[in-house]
Parts: sequence; structure tokens; C-alpha cells
Amino acid sequence: MTVTVRFFASLREQTGIKDKTIELPKPATVGEVWRCVTSGSDIPDNLLMTVNMEYEKADTVVHDGDEVAFFPPVTGGGR
Amino acid sequence: MKVELREQGFEPWAEVKRHQQLTPELTNKFGATAVFVGTMRDFNEGDAVQSMSLEHYPKMTAKHLEKISEQALERWDILDTVIIHRVGTITPNDPIVLVAVWSAHRAAAFDACRFLMEELKSTAPFWKKESLEGGQRWVQSNTPG
Repeated sequence: MTVTVRFFASLREQTGIKDKTIELPKPATVGEVWRCVTSGSDIPDNLLMTVNMEYEKADTVVHDGDEVAFFPPVTGGGR
Repeated sequence: MKVELREQGFEPWAEVKRHQQLTPELTNKFGATAVFVGTMRDFNEGDAVQSMSLEHYPKMTAKHLEKISEQALERWDILDTVIIHRVGTITPNDPIVLVAVWSAHRAAAFDACRFLMEELKSTAPFWKKESLEGGQRWVQSNTPG
């Protein structure tokens, strides 16, 4: 199946990837998508992850055509 | 309910006034307006900050802000909400965010405004990158309220 992966902020800079389409076998979880695009790296403790723009966890199952995003803790708003 | 991401600077107090004037459902119905405005400082963690770049997740950010606005409208007895948030490059003294809540009585407006701001800060996909004299750095986490 095909999944689109997006990285934001410091993770985008660290990985050098803004977005990427990957092929991986079914069934696969968000955690497996992370390992697939990071050559097997461990998942950082504070990593946030979304599937189709909804927050999910590493064990969430992804489906063909999903958009998976990884990013660091958010820092919007004023103080 | 209104949610907007702005590439350009905005004047929060004028936005509040304009929204009230342009929303007939509010006319003569609200007794309380709670407003939070977040403004960029020129210092953070002991360093002078020259400017800041605000990155977001296009589509998800606005969708998420709409979701938390809907949650506030369900949870409290409030009439309307507005969230306006800057993206792109901002400089000290620029407003970053406006959260405004209208209700008949003050408690619901205060509580819903606080809820929206805390939810925004902890869950809305925005990331700040500061420009300092010696280079740039990502803001790692938000300061506690």
C-alpha cells in the first residue's frame, strides 16, 4: 500500500524530508511507518503523530492512501 | 465560530469589534466578552529575539482549531468564538494570537477562553523558530500558563 509521510519543524530539518510517498506491506502501524522512513530509528519520547490530520499513537493501523505526519511538541500561541 | 490563519499582521481589538458588528446573532445577546491576545516578546530564555518564524501544518491547523472551538461551544453556554493566529515571520510586539469568546455571563466566557488557549498551545500544530543574534533555534516547549 501507499502512504504519504510528512515531517514538520525540527524533524523536517533533521530528516531532510518534507513529504514523501512510501510503499509498505499491509498491515502496518504508524510506528512501522516511522521506522520505514527513518531507517529503523527508535520513536522519540515526545514525538507527535497524526493520521489524516488526527492525533494517533504508534500502534494505530494505517491504510492505503493515508497521510501520516510526524512532528515535535507544538509551540503555538502567545505566552 | 471563526478560525483564521493570517500571513500578515492583524489588529486584535479591531477584529473583536468587527466580529461583533458583523454577527447579528450576537447583537443584544452577550453580556460578557473574554479576550486573550498573545504578543511576541523580544526575549526568551534570557536571549534577545529579533524575529520568529511560525510554521504550521496547512489544513490540519485550521481544522484542529475548528474542532476545539466546537468543543468549547458544546461544553459551555457561550454564544460565539473567534480564533485568529499568525503564521510566517513575526517581529516583537506583533500580535500572535487572538482568542475571543462571547457569552451571556462572565464565567462561561472566561472558562471557554482559557480552555481554547490551553488546547491551542498544547495541541494545535504550530512551531516557533526564533532568530537570535547568533543564529536560529526552534522553541522546544511552551512555557506553563
